[in-house]
Amino acid sequence: MASGAELTSKEYITHHLTNWSVGEGFWTWHVDTLGWSILMGLVFLFSFRAVAKKANAGVPTKWQCAVEMVVEFINDTVKGTFHGKSAVIAPLALTIFVWVFLMNLLDLVPVDFIPYAAQMIGAAMGYDPAHVYMKIVPTTDLNMTFALAIGVFILMIGYSIKIKGIGGFIKELTTQPFNTPWLYWFNFILEVVALLAKPLSLALRLFGNLYAGELIFILIALLGVWQLPLHFPWAMFHILVITLQAFIFMVLTVVYLSMAHEHH
Amino acid sequence: MNINATLIGELIAFLVFVIACMKWVWPPIIGAIETRQQKIADGLAASDRAEQDLRLAQENAKKQLIEAKAQASALIDQAKKREAQIIDEAAVKAQAEREKILAQAKAEVEAERIRAKEELRKQVAALAVAGAERILQRSIDEAAHSDILEKLVAEL
Repeated sequence: MASGAELTSKEYITHHLTNWSVGEGFWTWHVDTLGWSILMGLVFLFSFRAVAKKANAGVPTKWQCAVEMVVEFINDTVKGTFHGKSAVIAPLALTIFVWVFLMNLLDLVPVDFIPYAAQMIGAAMGYDPAHVYMKIVPTTDLNMTFALAIGVFILMIGYSIKIKGIGGFIKELTTQPFNTPWLYWFNFILEVVALLAKPLSLALRLFGNLYAGELIFILIALLGVWQLPLHFPWAMFHILVITLQAFIFMVLTVVYLSMAHEHH
Repeated sequence: MNINATLIGELIAFLVFVIACMKWVWPPIIGAIETRQQKIADGLAASDRAEQDLRLAQENAKKQLIEAKAQASALIDQAKKREAQIIDEAAVKAQAEREKILAQAKAEVEAERIRAKEELRKQVAALAVAGAERILQRSIDEAAHSDILEKLVAEL
């Protein structure tokens, strides 16, 4: 385990689950979350941009084939769910799917590798290794998942108002399920709860799955020599979770946005 | 584990990534995919069409072959008929020629016969005259005419 002084299990777990923070109060920045997520986003953008630049209708290269498979898969999923015309939703779904997938993928890096390396670098630079934190999976940070969910939520509201108008949107919030004026206040409470539940569930689902997975990796890492037979099956199982969570986040985004496009 | 300014940072990053993807990643790739799909569809349609064309051409060729065969056999029939006709005509012509030649020959023979008869008549006349002359010689004077007789004998 990490630093020179022996840590208790509790300290070890806490250390692994603490972000590298800069700043005070609300204006605290999680440098690791920001750094790793932006790095993954850039990996996505540049690797896909490399294909997009050379994209042609001729015989594709192998990497182009792989990228086109992902793009076509997203395109099919979006077309199967969303029946309008929108230049935003398909690229949005692609970004969410690949970005979330890549960020989740960091969960498969053995839990001590990068934090330990960061501690060594920190110690070499004269910091106390016990206070050098590096939590590399951005989707185990609520800020990350809520940022995604709030982004989607803003789009939902935006599209609702754009398609139905402010009046139509308010009408949708107040006139159902009970279409009698003296129950509008009740409808409004129900609909607002339902509306807010969407981004909340999006963010918490992704966070919960990845946080739990990460925690189990850390617990396995505490088992000494027994972690060897356990880490591998959990990592294999986790490959499924990683992909599935990225896919669910993407599909639900498309579903919510297509719901925002529909008149009731 | 608390919500802080990181959320704002991530929200901005999210926005930037989505816009970048929308501008520089999605359109070229999906464009290439759709163009290729169109190309493949066109290619398949063209190959279908070519196959059908080939089948049509084969049928056409077969039909033409049959037609040509029929024409050839009709031509042969016609030629045979014409041959028989020519032979018949030739036979008729030959018959006519034969008859003509025959008639001519007959006429010539007849003319020859008449001429010979004439000749014969002339000779008979001469003979008659000669006979008469001899008879006349004997009856008139043997002695007196002996020189003539002797002349005749000498002439023989």
